[in-house]
Amino acid sequence: MGLKQNLHNLREKYKGTKMAPAFNALHTFLYTPNDTAHGGTHIKAADDLKRTMNTVIMALIPCLIFGMFNAGYQHYLAAGEIEAVTSGFFSSEFWTLQNFTLGFWKILPILIISYGVGLGVEFLFAVIKGHEVEEGYLVTGMLVPLIVPIDIPLWMLVVAVIFGVVIGKEVFGGTGMNILNPALTIRAFLFFAYPTWMSGDKVWVEGAVERTKEIANGSTADAISGETILGSLAQSHGVDYSVMDMFYGFIPGSIGETSTLLILLGGLFLVFTKIGSWRIMLSSVIGALVMGYIFNLVVAAGWITDTSKFYGLMSTEFWHHLLIGGMAFGIVYMATDPVTASQTNKGKWIYGFLIGFVSIMIRVFNPAYPEGVMLAILLMNVFAPTIDHYVVQGNVKRRLKRAKIKTA
Amino acid sequence: MSKDIKIKKGLDIKLIGEAEQTIENAIISNFYSIKPEDFHSIIPKLVAKEGTHVKAGETLFYNKDNEAMKFVSPVSGEITEVQRGPRRRIDAIKITADKEQTYADFGKFDLNADAEKTKAHLLATGCWAFIKQRPYDVIAKADRTPKAIFVSGYASAPLAADLDFTLAGKEAELQAAITALSKFTDGGVHISVGANSNSPLANLQNAITHKVSGPHPSGNVGTLINKVNPVNKGETVWTVNAQDLVIIGELLLTGKFNAERIIALAGSSVKKPRYFRTKLGSEIATMVYDNGVERDGNDRFISGNVLSGKRVQPDGYLDYYSNVISVIPEGNDYELFGWNKPVFDKVSNTRALTFSWLTPNKKYDLNTNMNGEHRNFVLTGNYEQVFPLDIYPMQILKSCLYKDLDEMEALGMYEVAPEDFALTEFVCVSKQPHQQIIRAGLDLMLEEIG
Repeated sequence: MGLKQNLHNLREKYKGTKMAPAFNALHTFLYTPNDTAHGGTHIKAADDLKRTMNTVIMALIPCLIFGMFNAGYQHYLAAGEIEAVTSGFFSSEFWTLQNFTLGFWKILPILIISYGVGLGVEFLFAVIKGHEVEEGYLVTGMLVPLIVPIDIPLWMLVVAVIFGVVIGKEVFGGTGMNILNPALTIRAFLFFAYPTWMSGDKVWVEGAVERTKEIANGSTADAISGETILGSLAQSHGVDYSVMDMFYGFIPGSIGETSTLLILLGGLFLVFTKIGSWRIMLSSVIGALVMGYIFNLVVAAGWITDTSKFYGLMSTEFWHHLLIGGMAFGIVYMATDPVTASQTNKGKWIYGFLIGFVSIMIRVFNPAYPEGVMLAILLMNVFAPTIDHYVVQGNVKRRLKRAKIKTA
Repeated sequence: MSKDIKIKKGLDIKLIGEAEQTIENAIISNFYSIKPEDFHSIIPKLVAKEGTHVKAGETLFYNKDNEAMKFVSPVSGEITEVQRGPRRRIDAIKITADKEQTYADFGKFDLNADAEKTKAHLLATGCWAFIKQRPYDVIAKADRTPKAIFVSGYASAPLAADLDFTLAGKEAELQAAITALSKFTDGGVHISVGANSNSPLANLQNAITHKVSGPHPSGNVGTLINKVNPVNKGETVWTVNAQDLVIIGELLLTGKFNAERIIALAGSSVKKPRYFRTKLGSEIATMVYDNGVERDGNDRFISGNVLSGKRVQPDGYLDYYSNVISVIPEGNDYELFGWNKPVFDKVSNTRALTFSWLTPNKKYDLNTNMNGEHRNFVLTGNYEQVFPLDIYPMQILKSCLYKDLDEMEALGMYEVAPEDFALTEFVCVSKQPHQQIIRAGLDLMLEEIG
């Protein structure tokens, strides 16, 4: 018995006290509780929220590990110390210990801060409000490191995580009650509070900011360019990455969102396990392609020429939009958050389509920041209940109509 | 107008311990107990005081709102105890049975009588208790006219008693009951039978038979109603359990209230699952121990099926509407890393490291563990996979939680009963008590709208 019995005794001891949620949160990581069904069904399916969230984390792990390699790769590549990849996804230039080590030590603190601070706030609220610590943050805490720039100052992350968890989630009553996706709330907070950090061409490659400072102080080293593809396109510079580079993810960007290949695999895993909504993923992709195609047609019709500042992004081939920026990551891991997405199956189609559509629109037209998926998802989060309302009204009307036919 | 009903959404939960098709006579129980709580929303007015002697079929209590509606004793014997709860609520009426059973004689009923006479007869003989209504899933109000009557002759719930088996040979009784019921409505008596079954209900006069197929809840009467003729605002439908038709039928044919019923004893804790011939309100101890469960085992006894039945103690009684006693292991133990390790021995409708999708025909030994903790509603879309009714399950549950009567009505509360939400409750990742929520919602509507 040993551990199990001791923990059980402790649990009984804490029962009803303020500390019970904090203890239970830790205890349930080790042991599924001995609670039995009472009233209602006497048997229960195997899944609980922890298992669900854990499945999403499993889908995110490859992106995290790839992000670590990519952080090192982008750094050494920009510094001119290594050659660019040449032979596909398994290029030996990319998968080196040197790349990984740099990324690992850079990303680990971000991960620890994200989980430490976020769960800290969650525990605090659980103890104060006397509810159990909910699992939503397990996924949020993993998403956050993947959607921030590598060189983000840690204090900034701390402030943002606290803001995101408190304002994005806890004020509404915790997981399941929030209106906005907490991870994106954190990202949006960073974006609006520290815009120079979250955009521009300095933060996406580790060391670029540092180097800029050194140069300003009289160093003669070359500047490191940390520009993302979207940044270049927005300024109508050309792109010197191949499509396959973009698909594999050997490009600068937020930590975990560059590899469309791994995101695609993660997405397929989520659909297979029935945790992520394929309706949202598919309709988002369709929405993005449609909007991108419309812009291509506009360019083809000659309404926009290369003198326009929108030319660079508008003329991007429509399906390339899926490969660059945070589009794929947003669609697979953010838009599908069940709490903030549409909750009806029909609503999910509309919600997803609009996310894709609006993402590309914002991406093209937003002069300050050439990425739209974050704002598009947050916008649709706000509209999701409205979409659901009209879908449900369809059902209600059918019911009323049925009654009328009967009485007529 | 018969219509075949095929559903796709649902989930067959296959469990170990299905009852073998042999019938034993249960040891005749000395003690019987009738619980007014089985008759939801009825306020009982006691007739049979402690110490009086009743025959089988004599009134124990009547409905405070409708004096004509009697509830009768399943056996002849002496009322030994009336257990009361807070505010003198009647919890149970205990009867010590006579060695020799005597029956009140209601006389052979003329099946050509009109609706009013039939109604009065059923009310007086205690058979009205078997007729339930929707909306609200309570005993039917006798002054309403239902637009149709529904009977499910197909039990699709896990470990349910096979109605083809338990009703075999009862065609005459079933026919008499259906004939009587058919007088109450112009919409017909609709009966569902399994598509491949050999049901004694399949060829009855005065009824419309529907063949149903597909996973559970294809056999729920709620599914039948929803697919055939859903309840609209202001309408009423009645439902009767198939096994109760036998009691009604026998009463009409012979004048005796014979509470005998064939029930299944099932579940993985039972050594030899099989069928018993017993009576309503009987002690379950007379059946569960002989070749059944270990005496000091750690088991859950359920009067009814594992999805919607009532928990009873080992010294408890068979409730008024059940035809199965399920016994499964209690799951009051911790499980190391239960939330992240691959699961092969539990049922799930996801594939989140749960592998029941690989073995659709495997039979499982499930216990009563929650497999997780209670949470807010988080996941969406998984209820719809097991919910065949044209209703939004999560939305209606939430409307019950925030008690918005208009919304509950608009979303279809008049059509549902708690048991329709048993499967959504089973798969619920947040472990919300769906059936309780629906019951509380229905009670609220009953109180506010009536």
